[in-house]
Amino acid sequence: MKYLMFVCTDTEPETDESRIPDVERWVTENDAAGRRLAGNQLTPPSSATTVRVRGGELLLTDGPFAETKEVIVGFDILECADLDEAIEVARAHPMAWVGRLELRPFAGA
Amino acid sequence: MTEVAAAVAAAGVESRARIVAALIRVTGDWQLAEDCAQEALAAALERWPAGGVPDNPGGWLATVARNRALDALRRANVERRKLAEVAVLASGAEPAPASDDRLRLIFTCCHPALSPEARVALTLRTVAGVPTADLARAFLVTEATMTRRLTRAKTKIAQAGIPYRVPSGPALAERLPGVLAVLYLLFTRGYDADGEPAFATEAIRLSRLLTELMPDQPEARAQLALFLLQHSRRDARRDADGNLLTLDRQDRARWDHAAIAEARSLLPPAAGPYAVQAHIAACHAAGTTDWARIAALYDRLLSLVPSPVVRLNRAVAHGYAHGPAAGLALLAEARAAGGLENYPLTVAAEADLTARAGDRERAVTLYEQAAAAAPSEPERRALLARAEELA
Repeated sequence: MKYLMFVCTDTEPETDESRIPDVERWVTENDAAGRRLAGNQLTPPSSATTVRVRGGELLLTDGPFAETKEVIVGFDILECADLDEAIEVARAHPMAWVGRLELRPFAGA
Repeated sequence: MTEVAAAVAAAGVESRARIVAALIRVTGDWQLAEDCAQEALAAALERWPAGGVPDNPGGWLATVARNRALDALRRANVERRKLAEVAVLASGAEPAPASDDRLRLIFTCCHPALSPEARVALTLRTVAGVPTADLARAFLVTEATMTRRLTRAKTKIAQAGIPYRVPSGPALAERLPGVLAVLYLLFTRGYDADGEPAFATEAIRLSRLLTELMPDQPEARAQLALFLLQHSRRDARRDADGNLLTLDRQDRARWDHAAIAEARSLLPPAAGPYAVQAHIAACHAAGTTDWARIAALYDRLLSLVPSPVVRLNRAVAHGYAHGPAAGLALLAEARAAGGLENYPLTVAAEADLTARAGDRERAVTLYEQAAAAAPSEPERRALLARAEELA
């Protein structure tokens, strides 16, 4: 199954930095195992542009579509056997410790 | 109930979970599995009166359910491979050792990616076979809401890729407490003063199954012992007028002594949280109550589960073991640690300790205060009765 993993900040991070896993290692391991198909960090939401078309007219807004304290700062596309495997992959990502991750399965994949 | 209807009901209790669990494994379709099990039971009610109850009722039901599933899948034009898998499912003979199918079912229903409400509802509906209408009544929602809750949970299982599997290795240790928590919730839901008594029986049945399927898990066994011990007092905890009685006022002859003996035979060493609680319950079921041991067990429980309610119960136990002053001191500590502000039994515990410390007047006020905040009518009456006795 394919999962899109949203990487998000959180207002209550783990404070014990010695326990937080290393992101380079996470990427290397999961790329090598074929569990990470793609992924990247994103620039801050201040650089976002929201696009809509209404009545045929293009409407552009400066900023993200939802203003929240927690912001999406990256994403990864995972290929895993099931949710349990995806959870194991996610829990080893540093942002599970200092932020939060959302696992969303692809529809019909 | 006619003899045949009783036989169908018994076969249903015995085999339903097994049939549903096996059909889910091969078809991956929860609704289909439940529908086919239901149709098999309906067919039994129809045919057994004339044809007689078969020698192997469970096998009969499994075969009929399997055939219904095959028909449904054929109609839906499902690929041949899946049809072949369904076709080889336990065919009438002694049901295959599909016990792990039921375990898979339990662990999937209790998956932590489902909401806690969904876990409880799904376990009751799918594993225990409780009708949706009964679930709705017990959880104070409409039947439509309960149906939606169940459907949403099944959809999430399918769409999110929640595996139909018993976790192994370290994952099992991580997941088992979640399963036990669902059963515990179920049991208390049944055992609460105004609860649904059938749920307590259901929780014991499921706990028995879990213990049977995972004989090497002491916490599962401890939980069964705990349930049996608490449930052994079900007939003794009310007087003739339906008022709740505290342990020391119950007629011990009305306790279920067979259940107590069974629980004792199950007790593992007091290592995990359920084991410690079961040992505490066993102390309460003994001829004379060893409060010093109970207090020591609560000390251990608090180190395992540092929760407000455990702190409160520990204060009460120390109050009986080492005098009301010791209890009141620990109660003050428990309050200071927080989380007891809205817990109705806190004031009741303080009232009891205060009465035993000799301050009757204050104890009466506290009992009245506790009664006003009691969560159920029987509890309210019990607390007012204590106030009257002291006044």
